[in-house]
This record gives sequence, C-alpha cells and structure tokens, in this order.
Amino acid sequence: MLDILYFASFREALGQSQEQLPLASYKTVSCLLDDLATRGDAWQHALSANPNLQIAVNQTIADRSTQLNAGDEVAFFPPVTGG
Amino acid sequence: MADFPFIKVQADDFDLTTEVKGLREGHKDIGAVVAFVGTVRDINEGEDICALELEHYPGMTEKALESIRLQAHERWPLQSSLIIHRIGQMQPCDQIVLVAVASRHREAAFEAAHFIMDYLKTNAPFWKKETLPDGEEKWVDARISDKEAEAKWLPKNP
Repeated sequence: MLDILYFASFREALGQSQEQLPLASYKTVSCLLDDLATRGDAWQHALSANPNLQIAVNQTIADRSTQLNAGDEVAFFPPVTGG
Repeated sequence: MADFPFIKVQADDFDLTTEVKGLREGHKDIGAVVAFVGTVRDINEGEDICALELEHYPGMTEKALESIRLQAHERWPLQSSLIIHRIGQMQPCDQIVLVAVASRHREAAFEAAHFIMDYLKTNAPFWKKETLPDGEEKWVDARISDKEAEAKWLPKNP
C-alpha cells in the first residue's frame, strides 16, 4: 500500500486529506500522478497540469521520477508559504 | 515522531526573553545572540487581513526545520540555535516564528539567522491562509522574492 497525503489548497480542491492506494502498477511518482489525473478536472489541474506541484516521498522532497516502494508516504502540496 | 529539542512547532505563543535565556543556558562562550521574530501583518498584497491560519505537514515540518538548523551549524561556528514556528489560528500582530542563534562572534549569528529564515521560507512545509474583511478565505501565494533570497546562499560558481 501507499499512503497519499494532500495539503493546503490541494486538500481543499481535491476534497480529501489522505487516502491509501495499492502499490500495484505505480513504479514512480509519475505513474501515480498519471493515474490520479484521470479522476477529473480538479485532479488534472492540481496534479498534472501544475508546474508548481510539490512532491514529498517519506517526508523528503522528491520529484516525478522518484521510485515508490510499498509503505511509502507520498505527499502533494503547493509551494510553501511559512515564516 | 522524532524528538528535536531545538525545534518547536506549536499553537501556543512564545516568550522571546524566556527562549533566549534557554538558548544561552549552559554556554559561557557565547558573545552574540541574534533573534528574528516574524509577526502577522494586517495587510498583504494590498488587502486587509483579519486572520491567518497556518497549516503544516506534521513530521516533515520538524525534519525540514532540523535539517535547515543543522545546515546552519555546518556553515557557521554556532554554539546553539532554536526554531519555533506557530500553527493554527492567528491574528494581526501575533508572533508567528522565532529563529534564535548564538555564537562567539556576531557575524556568524547574524548570517546564520538570516540563512535559517531564508531557507525556512522556501523549504519548510507550512501554508498560510488569510481571512479578508468580507469573510473570504484565500491561500497565500509563494513569492518569487523568497526563492531569490534562498538562492543567494547557494555556492557560487567560479
């Protein structure tokens, strides 16, 4: 399984903060994103057509080519604005 | 969750005097303390702000802040350092963030505090949401100037 987390404007646009998906065919973050983007316009807009998409795998900044393994925690969020 | 004693992510406010005292405790070789306090403005990008909400990524936030703090210790000779970042609901004039750094001499403390804040702005997973006077809520956009501020600390190519 993979734990998927969504934060801030993504959490609101996608209507959920977390979900679990079977690892199945997701070898990389890119494969996962391609699948999520088929869920509809909001998903396509936030995850696929978004040059500002930020990705973390196991709480470390990652990118689309990062490989996924069972039990990984994958997070998607917009650019950070703390401080 | 790993425990990082020099990182605090909390809903509660903080007291600068108490925190700086704690930072200096047990060190007789400190000659300089630089503390930066970030506070909530009542105006942002020309709009009045009534309230601010801070969301974060529990677990990754603490790791990211500790990583930034350790990078500062690698780059400058520091005796101690502390990062506090608040989360949840805040009002204009509230304190949001404290970065406090102690070293033997002032230059290292000034530079390290500046570095930590610049990196925190672009690398720690916090997100601000503003409430405007008409009740509208708005996520704050990241600023290009923050990326530029971070870039000035990157090693320069010869």
